[in-house]
Amino acid sequence: MPTLKVNGRRVTVDGDATILDAARAAGVAVPTLCNFDGLEPWGGCRLCVVDMSQANWDDDWFKVVTACNHPVEDGMTVVTDSERIIETRRVILDLLLARCPDAPLVQELAREYGVEETSYTPNPEPDDCILCGLCTRVCDHIGVSAISSANRGWGREIAPPFHQPPPDCIGCLACAEICPTDCITYETSNTRREIWGKEFEMLRDPKTGEAVITKEQADHFAERSGVPITYFETSDASKRRQMASTFQKLQVVK
Amino acid sequence: MRIESRDRLETLRAQARESNASRAQQVLVCCGTGCLAWGSKKVAEAFASEIAKRSIDATVNLFVKTTGCHGFCERGPLVELQPSGILYTKVKPNRVEEIVEKTLIGGEVIKNLLYKEPVSGERIAQYDEIPFYKNQVRVAMRNIGRIDPTNILDAIAEGAYSGLAKALHEMTPDEVLDEVEISGQRGRGGAGFATARKWRSCKSAPGDRRFVLCNGDEGDPGAFKDRSIMEGDPHSVIEGMIIGAYALGAHEGWIYVRDEYPLAVVNLGIAIAEARKYGLLGENIMGSGFDFDIKISRGGGAFVCGESSALMRSLEGKTGEPRAKYVHSTEKGLFDLPTVLNNVETWAGIGAIIDRGGEWFASMGTERSKGTKAFSLVGKVKNTGLIELPMGTTLRHIIYDIGGGILNDRPFKAVQTGGPSGGCVPEELLDLPVDYEELTEAGSMMGSGGMIVMDDRTCMVDVARFFLAFLEEESCGKCTPCREGLHQMVQIYDRLIAGDGVEGDIELIERLAAAMKLGSLCELGKSAPNPVLSTLRYFRAEYEAHIVDKACPAGICRELTAYEIIEDECDGCHACFKACPVDAITGVVKELHVIHHDACISCGACFDVCPTNAIRTFPKVELKKAEVV
Repeated sequence: MPTLKVNGRRVTVDGDATILDAARAAGVAVPTLCNFDGLEPWGGCRLCVVDMSQANWDDDWFKVVTACNHPVEDGMTVVTDSERIIETRRVILDLLLARCPDAPLVQELAREYGVEETSYTPNPEPDDCILCGLCTRVCDHIGVSAISSANRGWGREIAPPFHQPPPDCIGCLACAEICPTDCITYETSNTRREIWGKEFEMLRDPKTGEAVITKEQADHFAERSGVPITYFETSDASKRRQMASTFQKLQVVK
Repeated sequence: MRIESRDRLETLRAQARESNASRAQQVLVCCGTGCLAWGSKKVAEAFASEIAKRSIDATVNLFVKTTGCHGFCERGPLVELQPSGILYTKVKPNRVEEIVEKTLIGGEVIKNLLYKEPVSGERIAQYDEIPFYKNQVRVAMRNIGRIDPTNILDAIAEGAYSGLAKALHEMTPDEVLDEVEISGQRGRGGAGFATARKWRSCKSAPGDRRFVLCNGDEGDPGAFKDRSIMEGDPHSVIEGMIIGAYALGAHEGWIYVRDEYPLAVVNLGIAIAEARKYGLLGENIMGSGFDFDIKISRGGGAFVCGESSALMRSLEGKTGEPRAKYVHSTEKGLFDLPTVLNNVETWAGIGAIIDRGGEWFASMGTERSKGTKAFSLVGKVKNTGLIELPMGTTLRHIIYDIGGGILNDRPFKAVQTGGPSGGCVPEELLDLPVDYEELTEAGSMMGSGGMIVMDDRTCMVDVARFFLAFLEEESCGKCTPCREGLHQMVQIYDRLIAGDGVEGDIELIERLAAAMKLGSLCELGKSAPNPVLSTLRYFRAEYEAHIVDKACPAGICRELTAYEIIEDECDGCHACFKACPVDAITGVVKELHVIHHDACISCGACFDVCPTNAIRTFPKVELKKAEVV
């Protein structure tokens, strides 16, 4: 297991760990906006940049890398708070504040790095999307890929194909849940749900009548898992009750 | 038809040479993209029909051949005659009959079709006496312009696949690797990573399936060397890739080519099909027992797909976006398997290196940059075109001896090398020997070999803005510093050229540039600030003039520049009057003309047409000052 130094603290981690894992294990906070533990690291927001030097490099030779996706190596030295790292993060946050001046998450992080107001030209039509790509990645991860990034450069945006209600969307709301700035809007009630302009009918628990899941999501899960659809349309409360009554029966047998 | 052995290749070569030699005279019409745009297709057709007309006469044995780019795009359509070696420039179809009659049959040289040397005004008949060609050393481009790229036998006649024959029949894969190492060849795509080192790193990666890729996604503004190689001698690329695959033990290859290069796609396709037919691709190549095949993948129009990791994602059918390369693509590349990706020019050089030996290649160039390098020479230079020279040639030699100097003999200001990721090199560095290290030290880079020459009528702030705007458009937008940074950088530059720059803007640019360099994900973003930093390094005063004096010293930025006619110089030729798109100039023939500032849009059209240099620019602020007074 490789041992490395993060801000002078010695830490031993698994061989497949990233620098970010090692920093966390050493109790060193590294800011990230596009990282999520269940998803493959992406390295897009660039906030987690750190200075890194390998064991066989010259002592004063450090390279700037992203902590989220850089593998650890034995004898590595990591510095997360050098002047150029703090400055790079500051500029990145300053830039993000120009794009999303109203997003509390961005404001807060920027303030931490001493940026109260952006030095750049503010976005004339701001929204809170920081283009971290978490929504599209989680959608890919679930095996749906209903939304993706569209256009490139500054005009990049997250959208369903052709800005039409996405045919592949299963209405699971994972994108909205994972969004760090809560900028994916949706409506959900006992009977219907709407996200990305697509309407969904809710499957209701046969016993309690409460809305549990969209039909598309239940189908998707049933197909992928081989578990019958009735399992997914049963609410958690119903499942517990069912379980309780089963146990009751078991007691009778005893 | 399959070439089953090395002997069979050599027999075929001898036959092809003989058949070429049996032709009394050959007409080589350049059909590279540049000459095609000049109308060379019609010229070739005219030659074909003219020759057909006369071939009834059995004594006339003429042959017309369409070739790839000769490089001298400025003077197209180009027609070379063999064996006399005469080069005719700017040939129009209506001159073809005359050429056949007078030169091919009569043996007489038509003077006014010859290249005129701009300095001495002398007409030069011979192809290889023209300074543009005389000073070149061609390795990667060795056969371009000499062969018909759609005819494999023509390529074989000129020596194609002899390097491959040697590698397959005389050398072990490791010996091939050693030879490439001795040559000292470095990647011609720009970064200059040693070819042999890349190959070794891939070869030592675990796994028994590996890939060989060719990067033909050349997209830098002003660069077209890879296009010309793929169009003009696709067999050199194919040969290099087979040799590389043999050295690495790879059996699958792809050429990733820009779809905006339609002729390159077509010629590569023909060449691959012909190579397969002749048993040079596919199973048991040249009877050696080695299998390898190549597929073409056409790019979808994104500049960033020239970046290696984005290119591989694109090949996989995913969105062409870069990803972190902390694990090298030589270990985990295409489909996460060991992959070697080299540039078109790199591959094109491999066949020659194996054929003639690594020592030969290493004997050219500088200490750390060996061999020759292709450059696309464009901008305000007399001889625009494609050239190949030994590394270490000075910029002065390239621009003045080969390029023929600056257009209209205006003063030289800077040369931009390396495309949008490169930088601007000023006059005081003209004697810089061009190699990877020297250019990097000067704040520029080798890049794709694009060289854009700029004269005194070039505003360096405007130049930096041009490249930034290009990159802003081409940034994929995955990472924050590149996506947001380029956008904001363009905003700042828009301010500067509009005269709205404020104190502190230069510092803001520098801070942003530093963060982009350190923080961006891929080389596009990391190198995007190069045009900014190099112009700031050498032309800072121009930035300050824009901000402090609200003036554009070069007289280019429209918002800051006014034009007026110098009384003593104007001879009343009326040219400016005709050129002005907004009728802001008044005057009658043979009398002094006047520019009316209220109507003038500072487009500079009058300046460009004035034959007596009677128009001058001055800062617009002076107009405002005059009003106040």
